[in-house]
Amino acid sequence: MTNSEPLLDVRDLSVTFTRKGGPSVRAVDGVSFTVRPGETVGLVGESGSGKSVTSLAVMGLLPRRGVQVGGQVAFDDDDLLTLPRDRMRDIRGRDIAMVFQDPMSSLNPVVPIGIQVTEVLERHQDLKGDTARAAAEDLLSRVGIPDPARRLKEYPHQLSGGMRQRALIAMALACRPRLLIADEPTTALDVTIQAQIIELLKELVQDTGASLVMITHDLGVVAGLCDTVHVMYSGRIVESAGRRELFAQPRHPYTGGLLASVPRLDAPRGAPLHPIPGSPTDVLRWSRGCAFAPRCPNRIEPCTDGPPPLESIGGRSLRCLNPLTETEEVATR
Amino acid sequence: MLKFVARRLLLLVPILFGLSVLLFVWLRALPGGPAQALLGERATADSVARIEALYGLNEPWYVQYWKFVSSAIQLDFGNSARTNRPVTEEMARTFPATFELAIAALIFAVGIGIPLGYYAAKKYGTWLDNVSVSGSLLGVAVPVFFLAYILKYVFSVQLGWFPTQGRQDPRIDADHPTGLYVLDGLITGNLEASWDAIMHLVLPAIALGAIPLAIIVRITRASVLDVVHEDYVRTAEAKGLWERTITRRHVLRNALLPVVTVIGLQAGLLFSGAILTETVFAFDGVGRFIAEAISNRDYAVLQGFILVIAAMYVVVNLLVDVSYGLIDPRVRVR
Repeated sequence: MTNSEPLLDVRDLSVTFTRKGGPSVRAVDGVSFTVRPGETVGLVGESGSGKSVTSLAVMGLLPRRGVQVGGQVAFDDDDLLTLPRDRMRDIRGRDIAMVFQDPMSSLNPVVPIGIQVTEVLERHQDLKGDTARAAAEDLLSRVGIPDPARRLKEYPHQLSGGMRQRALIAMALACRPRLLIADEPTTALDVTIQAQIIELLKELVQDTGASLVMITHDLGVVAGLCDTVHVMYSGRIVESAGRRELFAQPRHPYTGGLLASVPRLDAPRGAPLHPIPGSPTDVLRWSRGCAFAPRCPNRIEPCTDGPPPLESIGGRSLRCLNPLTETEEVATR
Repeated sequence: MLKFVARRLLLLVPILFGLSVLLFVWLRALPGGPAQALLGERATADSVARIEALYGLNEPWYVQYWKFVSSAIQLDFGNSARTNRPVTEEMARTFPATFELAIAALIFAVGIGIPLGYYAAKKYGTWLDNVSVSGSLLGVAVPVFFLAYILKYVFSVQLGWFPTQGRQDPRIDADHPTGLYVLDGLITGNLEASWDAIMHLVLPAIALGAIPLAIIVRITRASVLDVVHEDYVRTAEAKGLWERTITRRHVLRNALLPVVTVIGLQAGLLFSGAILTETVFAFDGVGRFIAEAISNRDYAVLQGFILVIAAMYVVVNLLVDVSYGLIDPRVRVR
């Protein structure tokens, strides 16, 4: 981790989905975080916590209708949220790239892999014909796809899931972006392939010096990869800390619950699992208190009086009125 | 691929055989016969018998069938009882006319339908979308003959922009080597004849293309709406590609797959002739000729024409399937 100027500075980002004849839904609410050059940042949370929407807002990929985006996303002195659409197109794929969740559906089924790789090079680096093809071949072999010349001519359905995700990573890294956003890149893959893909991302990010924003619900991925971790719940960041501090001592009861819910191999046989009680849909509106309160084992009276503020405590940010203490065992009810 | 085509073409044999038997029996089950139709109300038993003997209609149906099949294999379908000319000659005259009209209708339907469907989807929920959706509903709902008469009345009779009927102004002296009048004009260098043929095609093509147009608009719109929400379109956006690249390569190429199927099916229908349109515009094509043949119990014409149409339908469908394999790699197996 370096202490230079942040590459990406997300300030007070909020995303609201409005529907005709329905209540509007605030999916992301006052989210702020920074990504420094070369840093790997984890955004962690359950489904529906707003982590994917955050990344799509940064990329400018949210639908234009029915969505209100507020706050600032500073990148290179530009605010990505107010940038003209064509300028944003120049940045996407060249300076900021993204790898998505499902490699099965993220590739165009009727276009050969080769064209889907070279089109990025043609768009941003003015490579054409044989030069572009050679560069694409090089990219595929760098992400560990054997026999790249043949693979370039094939269609997505002829590749396995892991291969497809490798191809998508090759496309994302084609123009050596300074920031890569990976949105649950391993969720749709076999467990054995997951580790390979994470390892590949780690290597490539180290080689190119790119920053990485890793969006995941898998704390194992975070533990092996990220420098800084932001835990999201119901559209807000509830705890931010360095990886070591977070794993050594989670302070927010939700973080604690996430860590406790990971099954352990060294636990005695037949020991119960420790899920977080309730479901992410049992939320309180943030305006009325802590959204996690309905599921929280550490809940105290003031939790439901109003939104708890995000406070800096000992090198981390925490949004909790009654955090887990230094010595307290992680709640396991 | 070749094996696939060969197998499908081989399937033509049982299809045509079954159809020819059905057709043969069905035609002879119709009340009256060609002799009655030719001779009219005052036919005597004697004169009817003479005509029937002339055309071999007095023989048992299986003998007639055998004669029909053995000559049909040599592409000889006998003579029309009405015009007394060989059926193949009538085909050579009417099929190019229908083919030309069908192509014109398809150009109209596809040329307008795909862009309109695409923009309706792009502007989902706006007035353009609403107009094209309700307009296409109207296109399907309005009866063809009604639309044809309205077009003819407004644009030919009242405004005089287009000719009212036929394929070519009789005052134009033109040669017709292929029977496709627009092409003939170009080949013989008679541009005036070509232009005249096009003007004769406009209104019938619109009348005939209205239903295919409406269907293509709706399928294209629905398909584009589906595809723009696909993950791979988002991937393309994430690459920062230009909008036209995304539209052409990632949206349309996928969205047009179901449209191609629909176009193929519609083409098959159009090539088999359009009785209503051809009748309203006195367009000398297959549909009108068959309609007249039915009322005249013209067995030879009906047998020959319907078999050829069936064969064409199978071939057009085969072409659609083959082209599907070309544009969708996932189908390119076997």
